[in-house]
Amino acid sequence: MKKPPVELRDITFAYGAGELRRVVLREVDLSIAPGEIVLLTGPSGSGKTTLLTLIGALRAMQQGTARVLGQELAGASEAERVRLRRRIGFIFQNHNLLGFLTARQNVAMSMELDGGMTEAQRLRRAGEMLDAVGLSGHAEKPPAQLSGGQRQRVAVARALAGDPGLILADEPTAALDKVSGQEVVHLLRDLARGRGVPILLVTHDPRILDIADRIVAMEDGRIVQAETATAG
Amino acid sequence: MNEIAALPKLLPWAPERNGGAPPETPAAAKPSPGLADLVLLPLRLAWRQLRAEKSRLLAAMAGVMFACVLVFMQLGFRGALFDSATNLLGAMRADIFLVHPMTDASFRPEPLPRARAFQALADPDVEIAVPIYLSQSTWRNPETGRRRAVQLIGLDAGAGAVTFPGLEGIAEALKRPDTVAFDSRSRPEFGPIGQLFAERGAFDVQLGTRRVELVGIVEIGPSFGADGNVVMSETNFQRITQRAASNTDLVALKLREGADPAAVRGRLRALLPGDVEIMTHAELVAHERAYWENGTPIGFIFVFGSLMGLVVGMVIVYQILFSDIASHIAEYATLKAMGYSNFYLTRVVMGSAMILAVIGFIPGFGLSWFLYDLVGKATFLPLHMQPERALTVFLMIFSMCAIAGIFAVRKLRDANPADMF
Repeated sequence: MKKPPVELRDITFAYGAGELRRVVLREVDLSIAPGEIVLLTGPSGSGKTTLLTLIGALRAMQQGTARVLGQELAGASEAERVRLRRRIGFIFQNHNLLGFLTARQNVAMSMELDGGMTEAQRLRRAGEMLDAVGLSGHAEKPPAQLSGGQRQRVAVARALAGDPGLILADEPTAALDKVSGQEVVHLLRDLARGRGVPILLVTHDPRILDIADRIVAMEDGRIVQAETATAG
Repeated sequence: MNEIAALPKLLPWAPERNGGAPPETPAAAKPSPGLADLVLLPLRLAWRQLRAEKSRLLAAMAGVMFACVLVFMQLGFRGALFDSATNLLGAMRADIFLVHPMTDASFRPEPLPRARAFQALADPDVEIAVPIYLSQSTWRNPETGRRRAVQLIGLDAGAGAVTFPGLEGIAEALKRPDTVAFDSRSRPEFGPIGQLFAERGAFDVQLGTRRVELVGIVEIGPSFGADGNVVMSETNFQRITQRAASNTDLVALKLREGADPAAVRGRLRALLPGDVEIMTHAELVAHERAYWENGTPIGFIFVFGSLMGLVVGMVIVYQILFSDIASHIAEYATLKAMGYSNFYLTRVVMGSAMILAVIGFIPGFGLSWFLYDLVGKATFLPLHMQPERALTVFLMIFSMCAIAGIFAVRKLRDANPADMF
């Protein structure tokens, strides 16, 4: 049995200190199996985004243990966390593409930290990724010339181009209309599933629940309900 | 969904290729990039970012250029003034000089006994000793009649211990009573003497209260203390200034062929009393220059001007770098989330600073060169673009941009990937 890519035990996290201390995660346990697509839902302030930033090694842990892609995050140094982030693909609510680069250059940015790839290889790979998200003719355009859905698809291509072991997405459809939102998440699901990359996706959007293998609901810092989706 | 069904081509990990089975080891640890990539890729990113905002780039370039031109001009004026301050002594070529230890500058010499010149001849390696007299008088412009202070130099031109450009040919003529040679590089207020001399040969001029004959032209150049120079014999000098011959202002020594100046100097030091200082030509010039640099606020004024230019340039570069970071804060945070380290992004910002230094310096250098020429012609100051000065200014501009970069880098801390969600 392969080790799960994400394994959380007893995660407790609080912002502030003393009187102002506000606990946002309480003894959270969560595992994600290889290739599994997990949707994390719940009301605002339920702690799902904090959980995502902890798994993504964007925050230092406080209590509990978290093993992500073989790296123990409890007590991990800043450098270890930075290294881990290179193996995770992030997709944000806003595309956050660099406006002064073309779509292809933006995607190539996710590979510039890897040695062993030449510039030509990076750009070719970026082009393949843009083909895969259906943006064949748009590789040389800057983000300003793309629609919202197209930009988010560039962000998907960027997240996947670096060969990640895990995809973390935060409300990737929030800024999109229904059709382009669904296109983006289905694209994400199909590409990730093809390579066995697990996805943890935080969303409020009921229209995209169908892509999940499992839906995890959070409330007040706890996981309250986990259901296995019937269809992929 | 149709778009996905119609993928243009299959990717290596497409389910159609491996039957839907997940690849064995996704995201194995990747090799680190090479050193060239670690330096050049951030630099390229910096350049692409700068290039994207043309007006901001132009503003930054103009700021660096402004600082560059200001520093070049300040250092140019400073160098030119100090160079011209030593024009007189720089033009006097001799092996060794004797001066009074309390002489600060040639325009205000402390007299030393003329006897020291002949005492120095006691050394077997000293061939000739020539006393040089310095004083100031007035020169009447032969065209306008206006009088202006001029530097008088009295010496035995025929002895051959001291040479000025142009002095050799007129040494004989200067031996006649009431004859002088005029410095053709003096300021134009003295009249077009060189031109007049070339046209009509020797003619009479008024020096102080005396009528003297102009018999030749030398080249020395104006300095701080004197706008023009007149060279004459010792005897004529005494006639014009009514000064006793027993005290002189400077003694030039010519050594025998093959004599070791350092050894001669050591022997002279033992031989002569404490009212003389023994200097080589270079030391004498440096001594004069040091007076103007350290004994007057002139040096400080120009250094201060240069610093102000650098501070203004630094603030401009800082503003540009800061606003570049501030307006891309989300993108920087995203790069951090993607695994770009703080240090990598620091290199991007510092790369921007370096690029601004280079692309601001190049036009600044060109413009300064042009201004040196223009201003040099207008002010008669010897403004020349020297390679060392260009290098100094480049290093100053580079440091200015680097310091601005270091300040701007602190803004990167605000790019927190945890806030991206």
